[in-house]
Amino acid sequence: MTNDYLKLQKSADLKRRSLNTIIYLLLAVWALIVLFPFYWMILTSVKGYGAYSNEKLPQFFTLSPTLENYVEAFTAVPLADYFLNTVIFTCLTTLIMLVVIIPAAFAFSRLEFKGKNILFALFLSLMMIPNELVVITNYVTITNLDLKNTFTGLILPSVTSVFYIYLLKENFSQIPDELYYAAKVDGTSDLKYLFKVMLPICKPTVITITILKVIECWNSYVWPRLITDDKRYFLVSNGIQEIRENGFGRENIPGMMAAVVAISIPLILLFLIFRKKIMSGVARGGTKG
Amino acid sequence: MKVVLQNLTKKFPNRNKKQNADVIAVDNFNFEIPDGKLVGLLGPSGCGKSTTLNLISGLLQPTDGKIFFGDEDVTMVPAEKRGIGLVFQNYALYPHLTVKQNILFPLQNLKGKEKLSKNEMEKRMAEAAALVQLDTLLDRKPSELSGGQQQRVAIARALVKKPKVLLLDEPLSNLDARLRLQTREEIKRIQQKTNVTTVFVTHDQEEAMSISDLIVVMKDGVIQQSGKPQDVYDDPQNLFVAKFLGNPPINVFDAEVKGEKLFIGENAVMDVKGLTDKKLVAAIRPEGFVPSEGGSLNCSLIRVEVMGRDISVVASHPLCQNVTFRAIIGSEKNYQINDGKISFDILPSKIHLFDKETEKRIRFEA
Repeated sequence: MTNDYLKLQKSADLKRRSLNTIIYLLLAVWALIVLFPFYWMILTSVKGYGAYSNEKLPQFFTLSPTLENYVEAFTAVPLADYFLNTVIFTCLTTLIMLVVIIPAAFAFSRLEFKGKNILFALFLSLMMIPNELVVITNYVTITNLDLKNTFTGLILPSVTSVFYIYLLKENFSQIPDELYYAAKVDGTSDLKYLFKVMLPICKPTVITITILKVIECWNSYVWPRLITDDKRYFLVSNGIQEIRENGFGRENIPGMMAAVVAISIPLILLFLIFRKKIMSGVARGGTKG
Repeated sequence: MKVVLQNLTKKFPNRNKKQNADVIAVDNFNFEIPDGKLVGLLGPSGCGKSTTLNLISGLLQPTDGKIFFGDEDVTMVPAEKRGIGLVFQNYALYPHLTVKQNILFPLQNLKGKEKLSKNEMEKRMAEAAALVQLDTLLDRKPSELSGGQQQRVAIARALVKKPKVLLLDEPLSNLDARLRLQTREEIKRIQQKTNVTTVFVTHDQEEAMSISDLIVVMKDGVIQQSGKPQDVYDDPQNLFVAKFLGNPPINVFDAEVKGEKLFIGENAVMDVKGLTDKKLVAAIRPEGFVPSEGGSLNCSLIRVEVMGRDISVVASHPLCQNVTFRAIIGSEKNYQINDGKISFDILPSKIHLFDKETEKRIRFEA
C-alpha cells in the first residue's frame, strides 16, 4: 500500500518537476528573445565606428569596448540641448494635460449638465480616428497659426487625451455618491471635493496616466519631426536621426546606438521606480476599485 | 435646536415620460422635533423617510414647504452651510484618510468666524473620538476597521463640528444582530450625553421603539401617526400603524358587531358599548390572548414554541387574515393541549377595532 502510494507520489513529483522545467525553459528563451535587442543596442554602442564598419558578419561580442560613441553622440550634435528640450516638452505637456483632463473627467462623472452623455459619446468616438489622420490636419492648423518651430506648436496637439479622460472618468464614477454627499455635509465645495477626496482616492490612476504620458512624450517622433526644422527646438528623437545621417558617408550606427542608450536611461529608471504603481493603476482602472 | 417641518412636500419627476404625474415622495409633512430629543422616522421601504431626512440635511430641495432650525428658516440654505451632522447607511468614510483625518475633515472646512486653530481642532477631534471610544484606533484606515468601528467613526465625524442637528440614515442596517443591539444603545448614550437634536431613520420598528423619544410612522410619504413609542403602540390610529409596530406582529381577524357585542366567529368575544351593528376588523396583540377552558375564541392549535421567558403559541382560526397567528403567554402557566384545540379569552386593552374600508380606528367602551 505505502509503496504504491510512494510510487504514485514520485511519479507525480516527476511530472510536476518536468513541467516546471519546460515552463522555465520556454520563459528563459522568451526572455532572451525580448532582451536581445537591448543587448545588441548596448553592444553596438560600445563598438568603435571603424571596428563596426569592418565587420563582415556582425559579432556577438566585442573585445575592445569603447566609449567614444557616447562622446561623439554628445559632441557631433547638441544632444544635451535636445535632452533639455525634451524634458521641457515632456513636463509641460504632461502638466497641462493633467490640468485639462482632471476637470473634464470630474465634469463627466460628477456634474449634471445638458447633453453630457451625447458629448461624452462624441469624445469617445474621437478615439476611433487614427492618429496618423489627425497629424495632417494638425500640421495645417499649427502652421496656419504660425506656431511652427515653437514649443507651443509642439505641445498644443497633445495637451488632451480622450482615452485618459475616459479612464479617469470611469475611476471617478466608481467613488460612491455618499462620499460626495458626506463631503457636502462636511462643508466642501465641488472643487475642494475633487482635490481632497476624489484625486487622493484615484491617485494610482493619476500616477499611471502621468507615467504613460511621459513615456509617450519622450518617445514622440512624427509630430516633432514634422513641426520643427529649427535645431533649437529639436527633441532627442530628432537628434538620433541627425546622428544617423552624420556618419562618414555611411550611417553612423554605433553613434546612434549610443544616443539611444543615453536617452533610454531616464525612461527605464522612471519605469523601474514606478513599476508597481503602473501595474496597480492599470489593474484598478480595469476592475471595480 | 428644535426643528420644524412645515407643509414639507417633495415631488420627483416621473422617470416614465409617458406618465406626466410626478412621484410624490413626501406629502405635506408637518412635524416639530423638540430640542434635544431623539426622533425615529419609521416606515417600510420607499415610504419617503430617507427623502425627509435628506430634505432636513439640505442635500435635497423641497418642492414645497419650509424647514426651520429654531426660528431660522433654512429651506434655501445649502447642505454645507446648514451645520448638520449626517451618518450614512454605508458610513461613507473617506477611504484614503485615517480615522483621525476623517474626524478632522469637517473641522478643516470651517470658514470665517468658525475657523479653528490647529490645537482647537485636535482637542475637538480627541473629544469626539473619546465619546465614541475610538481613542486607540486613530491611525487606522477605514478598511482596517470592523463595521461597528466604522460606524462609530462616522458618528464621531458627524458630531465633531457640534452640529445643530444630527441625522442618522439607517445607521444600523449594515451591522450584525448583536452589534446592532450594542450600537443602538451607544447611539442613545451619545445622544443623551451631547443632547443634540437627532433624527433617526429606520425600517426596523424594534430599533425605533427602543431608543426614540418620539416616533413618526410614515407610509407613502404621509405621516400616519406620531408620538411616544409606547403611546403609538398602545393606541394606533389605523390598521397600518397597528400592523407595522410590534414583534411578533399584531393578529388581524374579520369580526362583526351584533347588539353591542363583538363576534369573531359564532362566539361573542366581548362587549362593545356604543357601536352599531357592522362588519369590521379586529386586531389583537400577541400578548392579548389568555388561554382558558371555555374561552370565547376557539382555535386549532398548531404548535407551541418555548422561548424560555415566555411561550409562543401558534394557532389558526378560520377568520384570521393570516393562515396562522401567534400568541405570547407567560411561561409560568402550565396548561394542557387538548386534542389540538385551544381557546382564549381576549384582554380588552389589547384589541383594536378598525373600519373594513378606511382602516381607521373605531373606538369603543369595553
